[in-house]
Amino acid sequence: MTQYGVVLFHTTSAVMRAEKLLIKEGYSIKLIPTPRQFSSDCGIALRFEWNAQDQVKLVLDEARVEFDTIHFLDTKGV
Amino acid sequence: MLKPGDQVVTSSVEHNAVMRPLRSLEKQGVRLNVVSCAADGSLDVRDLAKAVSVGTRLVVLTHASNVVGTILPVAEIVSIAHQAGALVLVDAAQTVGAIPINMSEMGIDLLVFTGHKELQGPPGTGGLIIADKVDVSQIEPLIRGGTGSRSESEEQPDDMPDKFESGTANLAGIAGPGAGLKWVTDKGIFEIRDHMKKLSQTLIEGLAALPKVKVYGTVDPERSVAIVSFTVDGMRVSEIGLRLDEEFGVLSRVGLQCAPAAHKTIGSFPEGTVRLAPGVFTNLDDVREAIQAISRVVRS
Repeated sequence: MTQYGVVLFHTTSAVMRAEKLLIKEGYSIKLIPTPRQFSSDCGIALRFEWNAQDQVKLVLDEARVEFDTIHFLDTKGV
Repeated sequence: MLKPGDQVVTSSVEHNAVMRPLRSLEKQGVRLNVVSCAADGSLDVRDLAKAVSVGTRLVVLTHASNVVGTILPVAEIVSIAHQAGALVLVDAAQTVGAIPINMSEMGIDLLVFTGHKELQGPPGTGGLIIADKVDVSQIEPLIRGGTGSRSESEEQPDDMPDKFESGTANLAGIAGPGAGLKWVTDKGIFEIRDHMKKLSQTLIEGLAALPKVKVYGTVDPERSVAIVSFTVDGMRVSEIGLRLDEEFGVLSRVGLQCAPAAHKTIGSFPEGTVRLAPGVFTNLDDVREAIQAISRVVRS
């Protein structure tokens, strides 16, 4: 069963840049409402497959997309 | 129009579109008085009357809450404000195109609206309507520039509406809500209101009948626009919103909906709510399907 992680951001603009980049790079991602167990400045977060955690972080870092934190979600992905 | 020392009165269910500019003005010395609303989002005009005094320059308030839909009693508020010599600015983002508004009958001095909600226009459009009776020499424009009028002068003209319409207007954008307004007028605002009340009532009743579901705001569709907020015991709002989207294609907005004060008022801060807002093109079957979807999410 797929395990998910979520990236939190400070702004909607950053979420959208990250989405565009990661889709272009072929990652399976989805924008979701920020899970309420995490405190975030932004109402939208980016969900990704947890096994790609290092690559996702690398893509964002290389493109200088500023993000807040990365968290593990459970297998339900919510 | 507000200077340090001026007093402004607002409600505790305002959207950040109102609250953030007011908090910023407060830092510049404007005295801000936020009148508490009840847990259903309603405002007791007696509380407002206590807050408004001779020093009050402006009363700013939403016509209806963007979190629970509760309508505030604008006409009564205007009467109280005018007795104290204050102007009234109404944020009609949730109500233009949804309920009848007659600015002169209600006595509203200034009204702001958005083009992208019930006027069906594109995002980023909207307007400010200033009643003829308002002394515009007291209001500074946000933007000064070319108006195509009095071009010999290097001073901003005082003519209305040129004083507040500098620069090249977004004509292509504003044509959207313009067409929407014509559509609303042709269809009939009372007919639209009746339709929305039925949707709202069905949604509220359907949700209230589900186990573990708490519906916020007034249960009377006469006293609200079609905006319904709810939470479910033991489930995070983000989980509910995502599952409604992924499993049932039902779109909601979860969290605080840019209105922290409103959530503190209704008792859902900081978790927020799941908000459903049927539009004029939503029908009763859509609402029933949404209730069914929520029922399945709640029971799983």
